[in-house]
Amino acid sequence: MSSTLHMHGGIGESIKRKEDARFLRGQGHFLDDFVLPRMAHMAILRSPHAHARIKSIDTAAASAKPGVIAVVTGELMAQHKLAWMPTLSGDTQAVLATDKVRFQGQEVAAVIAETKYQAEDARDLIEVDYEILQAITSPDQAKESGSALIRDDKEGQKDNHIYHWESGDKAGTQAAFAKAHKVVRLNTFYPRCHPAPLETCGCIADVDGVTGKATIYMTSQAPHAIRTVFALVAGIPEHQIRIISPDIGGGFGNKVPVYPGYVVATAASLLLGRPVKWVEDRTENLISTGFARDYHMTGDLALDKDGKMLALRVHLDSDNGAFFADAQPSKFKAGLFHIVTGSYDIPTAHVTADGYYTNKAPGGVAYRCSFRVTEASYLIERLVSNAAMEIGMDQAEIRTKNFIQPEQFPYTSATGWIYDSGDYPKAMDVALKQLGYEDLKKDVEARRKKGEVTGIGIASFTEVVGAGPGADYDILGLRMFDSAELRVHPTGKAILKLGVKSQGQGHETTFAQIVAEELGIPAQDVLVMEGDTDNTPYGLGTYASRSTPVAGAATALVSRKLREKARKLAAHLLEAAEEDLEWERGKFFVKGSPEKFKTIQEAAFAAYTNLPEGMEPGLEGVHYYDPPNMTYPFGTYAVVVDVDKGTGQVKVKRMVAVDDCGVRINPMIVEGQIQGGLTEGYGIAFMELITFDAEGNCIGSNLMDYLIPGSMETPKFEIGQTVTPSPHHPLGAKGVGESATVGSPAAYVNAVIDALSPYGITNIDMPVTSDKVWAALRSKGVTE
Amino acid sequence: MKVSMRVNGAEKSGDIEPRVLLVDFIRTNLGLTGTHVGCDTSSCGACTVLVNGDPVKSCTLLAVQVDGSEVKTIEGIAQGAALAPIQVGFHEEHGLQCGFCTPGMMLIGEELISRIPNPTDEQIRWAISGNICRCTGYMNIVKAVQHAAKLTATAKEPAGKEAAMAGGGE
Repeated sequence: MSSTLHMHGGIGESIKRKEDARFLRGQGHFLDDFVLPRMAHMAILRSPHAHARIKSIDTAAASAKPGVIAVVTGELMAQHKLAWMPTLSGDTQAVLATDKVRFQGQEVAAVIAETKYQAEDARDLIEVDYEILQAITSPDQAKESGSALIRDDKEGQKDNHIYHWESGDKAGTQAAFAKAHKVVRLNTFYPRCHPAPLETCGCIADVDGVTGKATIYMTSQAPHAIRTVFALVAGIPEHQIRIISPDIGGGFGNKVPVYPGYVVATAASLLLGRPVKWVEDRTENLISTGFARDYHMTGDLALDKDGKMLALRVHLDSDNGAFFADAQPSKFKAGLFHIVTGSYDIPTAHVTADGYYTNKAPGGVAYRCSFRVTEASYLIERLVSNAAMEIGMDQAEIRTKNFIQPEQFPYTSATGWIYDSGDYPKAMDVALKQLGYEDLKKDVEARRKKGEVTGIGIASFTEVVGAGPGADYDILGLRMFDSAELRVHPTGKAILKLGVKSQGQGHETTFAQIVAEELGIPAQDVLVMEGDTDNTPYGLGTYASRSTPVAGAATALVSRKLREKARKLAAHLLEAAEEDLEWERGKFFVKGSPEKFKTIQEAAFAAYTNLPEGMEPGLEGVHYYDPPNMTYPFGTYAVVVDVDKGTGQVKVKRMVAVDDCGVRINPMIVEGQIQGGLTEGYGIAFMELITFDAEGNCIGSNLMDYLIPGSMETPKFEIGQTVTPSPHHPLGAKGVGESATVGSPAAYVNAVIDALSPYGITNIDMPVTSDKVWAALRSKGVTE
Repeated sequence: MKVSMRVNGAEKSGDIEPRVLLVDFIRTNLGLTGTHVGCDTSSCGACTVLVNGDPVKSCTLLAVQVDGSEVKTIEGIAQGAALAPIQVGFHEEHGLQCGFCTPGMMLIGEELISRIPNPTDEQIRWAISGNICRCTGYMNIVKAVQHAAKLTATAKEPAGKEAAMAGGGE
């Protein structure tokens, strides 16, 4: 029994989580926990080379190993027209390589065996003869004339360029720059990192030999969209595909795409008539599945003599890897990067982006981020702090001076975004007060005089989440609505079914609370179901902080639909007119006679037992919600660091995070999300890096090389809040799961650069490791 | 080869290849799936179990190496229907989100409290420093262990009802 079990669990109550019960006992149902009768195991052979032509594949020795059921190559997949699959960005991706391998870790062949150990043993006996080709590991190298053509499989593809994309007003921006008093430039690289959820990706494909029904258990953040993609790829009728996403051990964007392993396992199950399980190991996860970032960015900010921002010009080169497989809305080739004007009232802006193929893993997922908003937020927040340094203005003051003001909302940005609501000065004010900014600045001055290296960093981010309005947001043509189906049983207990899918966000609690608030049934009496496409309404899934903005709104609206029917039932029971009834959470009462009331449970019982003449029985409904706009959470983060001159080591002394995500449904869960995001933001700023050597070997292919923050590194956070409701969301809520990862890296790095600024150091790209800081200090003669 | 051990108080044995990892023996042969695999390189701690009372990473140990030992997994820490103090602490302080690292974190926490009844922030952070959590950011995990330590101390006194009453969702 939970200490909050007695509570109603409406909006704003920090009730303890319903889903904890099974996880606390080790009784969660994660993918690898499932064992099906006659289940076989699959292991994938991956390319050791970044770029090579396949001359031959010899599977004889592998096939002869005990326990081996089948060895699958690209040739076999091609016979079934499954050697290639479409990506979420409208490109193609090899399922198993037939012609060339294009990144280290690419899928080449698969072994299906009775046990996992047998499958892995046999995999190591497959012999592949490769002719090694030049590896291309950066956009700059991809651009060079005469460099190897990576996608020679694509007709008409003459070079390694994927796309050019623009947003904003080129001429207006040029004109504004011509009149600028000062132009500040920042060249920065947001390096490749990886969401690395603690549970890796995997699936169990189970194709029924009699009915042809394909049941696929999968670590998927977007089971419904995956079902449709499978129908399109494999040609299986969609009603014959059932995707079940069980408990998921973290996602952070990594579990949105379709991976080749899913397709091979499904094909193998179809051909063998047995369930086939495939679970990748950590190295496979880090070297082959959806990476994040890898944006090379140049930003120019035009200022007048008072530090007012006049215009912003940004160019970025995107490193997309060997296949353009970004998981993002199809209209926006560089994601939502053009939110790059951030929290500032910048009259004009122009953004250009070019994408390139390289011999690196494909993916381009948003690691705890709404489609590249993280890169945008990082660039503008770093640029604004550097501008403050260059013109000698306080970094809080330059922000406050240029903020979009509360009365300007709804605000249309220079690149066309319509911000729903915000109070940026207030969030800044709360953060600075909590920090004790004025005293802290004096302290920094005093300590610098003593030779200490110390600094303060601020970032005032604005995010854009909750994709999204169907007219502009789709993935492979699927509009990005979401859904909720609510059934109230005769005894007043309810089941809520959603198109989204939790990976730890606590949906079973939060969404029950929305019903508790809107329909008055206590949260404990509402069971939330997700992740089974046969038994939940269609939705686009959980990523990009869209669950509360979209599915949360759908839940509120379906609850209100049922409440209106319940009003009719209550009126019938009370023998009163509908319009004479008042609603108070959980009951209808007759105006002026509060003792004459019927509870929601009594109304629900009547829906099955005692109906007004002509009313359809039952109390259930479904709502599909197409949001009218995105939501725009924001906040101010402030960081204090000390830097060790001798070693370059950075110590985060304080981290104050003030978030505004509108109305908070379960404040405990919201704060948990923020703390987690600040930790991942710390990891990205200081530790996490996927990089490559000149041959295209992935460095960062295990958790000894890809460093994730642990309990000793992770700072303690000071959390604050303001509440500015979204005017268009039925509950006034905005998304929050990713704010901290979006906003915090710039705050951490700004603090380090502020500390190093007395020595003329203006930039260090992430991750800001001790060796980079030490080298920067050494280059200025500060340390030996 | 034959291997036998006491797991969560019951005798368990199996006939396995010598190369079978302890985590695979626990998950596959014994069907105890609360012990998870996150990295295969003993970096993440999702596979933590207690062997003769000490936390070990079961992905980097052969099952035959613990032949004859006492093994405790997450399935062994609740006391019947009532949750153990460490489970109550994690629930009450929101010390878990996706739940994948949670079994390892709780076993570490319980073992720590058995040695240090009232651990400090730093002692807890050090104890869990070999375990990675991607979701919570550690602050609530630290609080969860401290909550459990208080409950454990109270439970040793006669009126230890809170442990039985609190925690565990539905």
